[in-house]
Amino acid sequence: MAQKTAIFQKSAPAAGIDPKLARALYADMVLIRRFEEKAAEGYALGKIGGFLHLYIGEEAVAVGATSAMRPDDYAIAAYREHGHCLAKGSDPKRVMAELYGRIDGLSKGKGGSMHLFDKSVNFLGGHAIVGAHLPLATGAGFSIKYRGGDQVVACYFGDGAVPEGEFHEAMNLAALWKLPVIFICENNRYAMGTSLERALAETEIWKFGRAYNMPSEAVDGMDVLAIRDVIGQAVARARVDGTPSLIEARTYRFRGHSMRDPAGAVYRTKEEVEREKLRDPIALFRDRALKAGWLSEDDLRSIEKDVADRVDEAVAFADASPEPPIEELLTDIFKES
Amino acid sequence: MAKLNMVKALNLALLQEMERDEDVLILGEDVGVDGGVFRVTEDLHRKFGSKRVIDSPLAEAAIIGAGVGMALYGLKPVCEIQFSGFAFQCFHQIENHVARYRMRSQGRFHVPMVIRMPYGGGVRALEHHSESEEQFYAHIPGLKMVIPSAPRNARALLVSAIRDPDPVIFFEHKGLYHAAKEDVPDEIETLPIGRAQVVREGRDLTLIAYGAMVRLAREAADTLAEEDGAECEVIDLLTVAPLDRDTLVASVQKTGRAVIVHEAPRSFGPGAEIATSIMDGAFLSLEAPIARVTSWDVPFPGFAREKGNVPDVARVLSAARATLEF
Repeated sequence: MAQKTAIFQKSAPAAGIDPKLARALYADMVLIRRFEEKAAEGYALGKIGGFLHLYIGEEAVAVGATSAMRPDDYAIAAYREHGHCLAKGSDPKRVMAELYGRIDGLSKGKGGSMHLFDKSVNFLGGHAIVGAHLPLATGAGFSIKYRGGDQVVACYFGDGAVPEGEFHEAMNLAALWKLPVIFICENNRYAMGTSLERALAETEIWKFGRAYNMPSEAVDGMDVLAIRDVIGQAVARARVDGTPSLIEARTYRFRGHSMRDPAGAVYRTKEEVEREKLRDPIALFRDRALKAGWLSEDDLRSIEKDVADRVDEAVAFADASPEPPIEELLTDIFKES
Repeated sequence: MAKLNMVKALNLALLQEMERDEDVLILGEDVGVDGGVFRVTEDLHRKFGSKRVIDSPLAEAAIIGAGVGMALYGLKPVCEIQFSGFAFQCFHQIENHVARYRMRSQGRFHVPMVIRMPYGGGVRALEHHSESEEQFYAHIPGLKMVIPSAPRNARALLVSAIRDPDPVIFFEHKGLYHAAKEDVPDEIETLPIGRAQVVREGRDLTLIAYGAMVRLAREAADTLAEEDGAECEVIDLLTVAPLDRDTLVASVQKTGRAVIVHEAPRSFGPGAEIATSIMDGAFLSLEAPIARVTSWDVPFPGFAREKGNVPDVARVLSAARATLEF
């Protein structure tokens, strides 16, 4: 069984990277970053209610993983899921409208930030209860196997889900029944304000895969190519015979847990945050793409401009969309007869 | 047509629906090779194999969560929780996902799944194996709560539950599994979910019950006819939620009196909702306060004391007579 120790390669293999792919990876990461910066503004302006959990700093995980999969593969995530939804291909306009609680949102404005769903891109939703969506991923994996398909399910969750019982129930089930689920732990080292060391007896999360006889490894969650590579291998295993994997992506959120603690400054030091920002996945990839000659400064600037326009368009769209009418309150509880 | 007990009748429903629709699966603890703790799934594993009759590990949250994942893309899992008292291990999956997926995804996803659970006391079991906790599920928007009372309606309701596009919590009273045999037709029957049945007509008092309490209500009605000359109407709810208010109201508009019998503890139980529904629809017909015969507001006691807790015919008679004499 391929179980590696958690020693990162200096940088991920660049084989097969061409300008087209580099452009897509960069554009997707920048889109998520700009989108969320605008979402934070919208929240500050009172346009967005409820909660808002930003993915800023972790973009490489969703983008790298999604790039290693096919559009007909599934993704399911926790509540920090704007990035996964956008990476999967959802329309930023409809995602922003959902955050704004408007009728043109992905869930008619009734789901909000933590409950984005988009069946058209096989995004099975954001889930607010920590750890609770992992068994759903195994069920989706079961459906694929039952129907004889070769798709896989990417199941994203944070380090906070690992001490939950359902992490273990779901991992066991997926391994026992050989279900094509890739468990992607986005280890940003803090479950809200509780650090990994204060929550887990085993802080090398990838090692939990061993207990379930599952290929597992850790990967640098700030290196989009490394993630793409490791997830690509996991996808290949899953497609062949349904072998699930546990991948621990070591990442960091530059913002707080939610807008409640925008800087996340109580439980971690400023020095730590600043040090981690030196590993900014977007800056690292930008640098690499330039050095490798995949993209020029002009290319990068044109991508950035294009993304900024799309995000502005999303904000304008969300702002213009009406609130759901009061009659919507009573719909979609049961099938309308 | 065969005379079947409730276990065999439920087994027949599962068998025929699995033959009819290959998306119907069974998932639970010991439902496969073993045939189920109460034998409801007996022989189905032999017939359909491990792909469709799936023995899960002891992991209730994973059973229900995986069931949701299966249902999202059109499979129809029938999950068994071995005893309803174990369901708290998966309660949040039921409350957070099973009940809410349609609403949360605005109808893009729905969860056509059935969760079967043996429930109820009076069978000399213990805590966690005897409770009647239908009120928790009945209270959750997005769930349907069905409780059959006899082999034939159990079979028909389970078929309806499997075909329902929304999730159904399906309670089976352990005391009814082997209590009686009944003629069950070979051809598939269904019964509408959300519809109660008047199982005895009367003009003086309405007795409302479901599950194992229907037998008590019927026995009490016989005794009252014989000894008191009072004619009771007996309503078998069959579905607790959504509640068939029309049938309840129509009956009490005729009788003016109602006694509700349920096994769940009294406070905030189904009886409160039933009584309020009757008052809403038949207030001016009422001749007496609506009475409730229920278990007491205590955690389920051990088998040595359960007789004093679960309603019996004597308590139903006493409440009925007080209501008639009011």
